[in-house]
Parts: sequence; C-alpha cells; structure tokens
Amino acid sequence: MSDPLSTGASRRTLLKGAAAAAVTGTTMGFPFVHAQEKIVLRYLGTAVNQDKAIADKFEADSGIKIQYIPVTTDDVTKRAITAPNSFDLIDEEYFSLKKVIPTGNLLGIDTRKIKNADKITTLFTKGEINGKKIGDQGTAPKKVMYLEKPSSTTFSKTPTQYMTLIPTVYNADTLGIRPDLIKRPIDSWKELLNPEFKGKAAILNIPSIGIMDAAMVVEAAGLYKYPDKGNMTKAEIDLTIKTLIEAKKAGQFRALWKDFNESVNLMASGEVVIQSMWSPAVTAVRTKGIACTFQPLKEGYRAWAAGFGVPKTVSGRKADGVYEFINWFLDGWAGAYLNRQGYYSAVLDTAKAKMEAYEWAYWMEGQAASQDIKSPKGDLLAKTGSVRDGGSYETRMGGIACWNAVMDENAYMVQKWNEFVAA
Amino acid sequence: MSSSLRKALPAWLQAAPFGLVFLVFLVLPLLLVVAVSFWRATDYELIPAFTVQNYIDVFNGCGSSGDLCVTFKTYLSTLKFCALVWAITLLIGFALAYFLSFHVRSSGMQTLLFVLCTVPFWTSNVIRMISWVPLLGRNGLINDALRGARLIDTPVEWLLFSNFSVVLAFVHLYTMFMIVPIFNSMNRIDRALIEAARDAGASAWQTVWNVVLPLSRTGIIIGSIFVITIVMGDFVTIGVMGGQQIASVGKIIQVQTSYLQFPIAAANAVILLAIVLMMIWGLTRLVDIRKEL
Repeated sequence: MSDPLSTGASRRTLLKGAAAAAVTGTTMGFPFVHAQEKIVLRYLGTAVNQDKAIADKFEADSGIKIQYIPVTTDDVTKRAITAPNSFDLIDEEYFSLKKVIPTGNLLGIDTRKIKNADKITTLFTKGEINGKKIGDQGTAPKKVMYLEKPSSTTFSKTPTQYMTLIPTVYNADTLGIRPDLIKRPIDSWKELLNPEFKGKAAILNIPSIGIMDAAMVVEAAGLYKYPDKGNMTKAEIDLTIKTLIEAKKAGQFRALWKDFNESVNLMASGEVVIQSMWSPAVTAVRTKGIACTFQPLKEGYRAWAAGFGVPKTVSGRKADGVYEFINWFLDGWAGAYLNRQGYYSAVLDTAKAKMEAYEWAYWMEGQAASQDIKSPKGDLLAKTGSVRDGGSYETRMGGIACWNAVMDENAYMVQKWNEFVAA
Repeated sequence: MSSSLRKALPAWLQAAPFGLVFLVFLVLPLLLVVAVSFWRATDYELIPAFTVQNYIDVFNGCGSSGDLCVTFKTYLSTLKFCALVWAITLLIGFALAYFLSFHVRSSGMQTLLFVLCTVPFWTSNVIRMISWVPLLGRNGLINDALRGARLIDTPVEWLLFSNFSVVLAFVHLYTMFMIVPIFNSMNRIDRALIEAARDAGASAWQTVWNVVLPLSRTGIIIGSIFVITIVMGDFVTIGVMGGQQIASVGKIIQVQTSYLQFPIAAANAVILLAIVLMMIWGLTRLVDIRKEL
C-alpha cells in the first residue's frame, strides 16, 4: 500500500509552491527576479529515507527546497521507467537498476563533480570491507555501479568515471523476533518455518524480497543450496515456493505484510513473534517500550542498498541543485543522522566527524553504550551498557549472504508468488 | 433537418459533456487496456505486438486435473466473498431500510439515523482497518473478554486475518450501499398498498414478503450492483483483513502492475471486467432499471 496521506500533502505543498512562485513572478515582473526563484527539487523515493529533518537542514544550509514524493519500493521503479519527468532526483534501490538503466531514463553521475566520491565505502565500489570480500549473490551494488558513458544503457564491468547511483543508505536485514515471547535463543533462518511458531510467523509480501528470505530459510533448513539466491532457475523458484506453500497450508503464517507499518503493528500487538523485518521497524517497536530484537543469524544477512540517481530530464540550475544536494548528503550531517537510526551511510569518515564518540562506538564499533543512546528525535533507543544487535559495522556487513535482486526469471517468480498467496 | 432530429438535438447536447468525459476517461483507457493485454513486454518496455500469450499465461495450468489453478482458485475465493457479503449486506440493508422507511416517522430523525449509518466512512480506510487488530486480535478486546468470562482458555485465532474478518470488514463498510437504494425504493411505495394488504388480511410478514419486497426490487438490484462490483475489484480490504494471505483478483493485478508486467495485468483486468459485466447484465435481466427509476 502506498501512502496516500503524505502524497496528498506533498501535492498540496507543490500547489502552494507553484502558487507562491506565480505570485512572486507576476508582482515583481522582472525576469531577473524570476531567475533567482528558489529551486525546488522533487525527490522521489520511499518514505523510509525521506526525513523532514534532512530536507529542513539542507534548505537552511543551501536555500534549496526539497519536496518529497514518497511511494513504495515497487512504485519508485515503476515511475523511473514510466514517468521520468515527474522527479528531479531519485532515491532507489540498486537492484531496480537492472530494469531502469536499459530505458536510458537515468544519466550516469559524473564522479568528478562529487567531492567525496573517492571516499565512498569499498562495499559499493569493490564489494569488500577492509580488503575482505563479502557475499555478492543477487544484485550486489558493485555489479551495477558503473556506466561507460553517462547515457549508457548497459553496465560497465570495471570502475569508470560515471556512477549509476551515489549510495545513500544501506543495511543488512534479518529476522525480527520478540525475545520476551519466544524465550529461547534464535540463531538460524530456519526458525521462521519452525512449527513451534505455527500461526505466529510472518513473511513480507514483496515478491522479489520475500523469495530471498524464503531462500535463506530453505538453505538453512538444508533442503537445497542455491548457486545464486538472487538469480534462481525456474526449478529453484518452484522448490522455494513449494516450501512456502506447504508452510502456509500448515498454518505457519499469521499474516504476510507489505507495508513497513504493518510489520510494526503485527509485532507490537504480539500477533507475530518472528518475521522478516526491516531495521527501522524494529526501532519503531522498541520505542513503544516492547522488546524486539533484530536477530543476527548464523547464515548471514540479506542486504540492500539505495542511492541517488539523476534523471536525464533535469538540466540547468536544477541539475546544479541536484549535484549540490548529493554533495551535501555525503558531507556528514545526513550520514550521521542516518547512522543514528541504525542505517549506514555511504561515506563513513564525514559522518563520524558529525557524531559523538560514544555514538560512533555504539553504532559502528559494536561497543557497549557508555551512555543512553537516543534516536535523532530524542526517543530512548538503548540504555547504557547495551550492545547493538549484530555488533560492529564490519561484523554486520561482513555477514552479508546475499543482496536484494531482480532475477532473470522475474516474471515467472511473480507468477509463482501469486500462487503462494492464493494457496 | 427533420423535425424529430431537431427535437432530439437539445437532448444530445445536454448529454454531450458527460458523454465526452466518459469517452475520454473511461472508454479510451479501457480500449487501451484491451490493446495492451495483447502486447508483449520485457522488464522495462512494452512492445506493441499481437499475442494471446498473456491470456494463456493467466490460465496456465487450468486445464490439468488435480489442484485448481491459481486463476480459478482466486476467482472462486473472490466469488465466495462476493456471495457472502452480498447476502449479509442485503439482509441487514433491507432490515435497516425497512425500519428507516416504515417505522421512523419524522424526516429529521431519518436524516439523523442516515448520518449514523455513514459513521464507518468517517476515518480513512487504513486507520479503520488497523483498528480492528486491538479488537479482534489474539490479545484483543474480544479475546480478553472471553477469557475473562472463562469461556475459553486459548485465544480464538479465526477472528482476525481470516475469511471471517474479511467478510466482517466488507459488511461493515458496504451495507450503506444497500441501505440507500433500498430505502429510496421503499419510500416510493404507496402507503395505501400496505393498508390494502392489511385490510385484505395479510400478516406483517406476508405484507413484507408479497408487497414491500417486490416493490423494492429496483433498490435491491442497484444496491447489489454496487456491492458486487466493489467486492469483485477489491484488494485493499482483503489484503489488510486477510493478513495478505487471501488471494483476490485485484491483488494479483496490483502485484503484476507493480512489477511492470502490464500486458498480463491488462489481460487479467479484461477477464475480470468481462465477468463483472456478465454479472451485472444478469442482474439487470431481473429488473428493467430504466423503467423503474
């Protein structure tokens, strides 16, 4: 479900902005004044990254206004392909590039114009952390990071001057659990289909991501070992869906969820005690004072990454504004803001400079909190002495098993997923 | 210009603006949907071509024996909801409309009670549905009350994310669409007919069954069309109340469009449209709406 409320609000602000622009334009009547009109950048992405505080801070720093267009993950891709005129800046997941780049709707970003481009973490540029290779099943960012020319519609295998997306946030997802209701340690993906949690489990109903979680379960249960979970053959899809259908028919799932808020609701109400989850959802459950753990599992994480892309339709002062925003975003303030929510920022050094030492130690180094850890909004997230789920950046990101992906057999997969939902 | 044409001209002109709106915003998009349903597509582009592959894909596996294919199963489930919701909303809607029309005398009171019936529409869809959880959930009010009264030991699970909760939410929402047209029909019934029935010795039930019901037929049919078309196309209510675990035709179309598989989604939409149109055609055979209005 998309978010009708906030899109409504943004449309209103757009209208207001347009009206205001029209008024200043006509009353002043000078072309010169017209040229100095405030730039408004339409930022298409999911609500997860579109924080008001970030837009406010950027406007205060640069005078450029950010107008958010929040839609669902799937809809970001859909608009990138079908309506490239409807935004000036896109914040989308790397895996969707396999669909978007062939349309030619995005332009490669010239890294010479990005001040901190060479400081972007090697996770994106080389697929390694501190020289150690990490899991690259699925659409790992390094596979879709570069283009030969800005207008290329195919990916470059080697690093070039042009990046498809400049990374914004990324994270490693795993299962969320209610430790107070499960009352025993959980250490494997296979627990999601453990009959012990019959009627109390949930999986997410976004086919491309749900099937990866299911694949983690299948592998953990020892049913099959995939050569590449992010690019299954038809037979592998059949096997995975069959496993899901059997579990569903046995009553394993209390619900499937599609919207981030649904997952929060399921967990907080106790309808579900173990489910696929996203990091901010776990945080949201915790801020209600309910115990919820983003449980690290021995088979590793399913990672995702999002980044800024520039549509080919944006030009002139607006294009400069877009580059200014991207540069500002990598400059530290936004990175620190995201890191404090449990995400990871693309350029770590600049974010570190904007965080307190005790915050950095808790979020990034996996150390016990030396004082209470608060969210950017001031809610208590972790008490003194607690340790982040999954430990340090290196341990968490080093534990990536696969990346969100678009498969070659995507159409077949969606068809089979519908079969699972109907079963 | 012949005189009949001259007479007809103003009528055509009056109908023209709305006709144009329909043409541009309904007929043309529908034709486009039909056209796209015969196209091919890749992950990122639509290819104008003529292929019936999309329709074949929709009915993939339907010919083989054994398990029902996804499409049949989904339609069966959607039709089941349709029948249940239709029957329940009809029963409740008829009873409420009867009460409002024949027992509430003052029109002020009627208006007030009508406004009460619209209460379910006062909040947004999403909020309304989310608020079912604290009522029907495992630790919800009903389960707490039942446990408190020692009627059950373990919470009743089928209250939420089940066929029951889907039907409940539909009935809660759409009974209004039955009440209004039925009430409207009932209000046009000549009260002398009721008196005549009574004078002729009919009991209250006989009057309702033999006089009121046949004369409310138009309202019932219109209400049925509303309810059936809404339930056939719904995917939000079934999704949220069914815990996303119950398939609906609308949901399948939505998933396909969000993965940019427009041709097969269009094929599904065309089939759904054909089925709903047949149902409405069947209903309008039962009563000539134009004559009755």
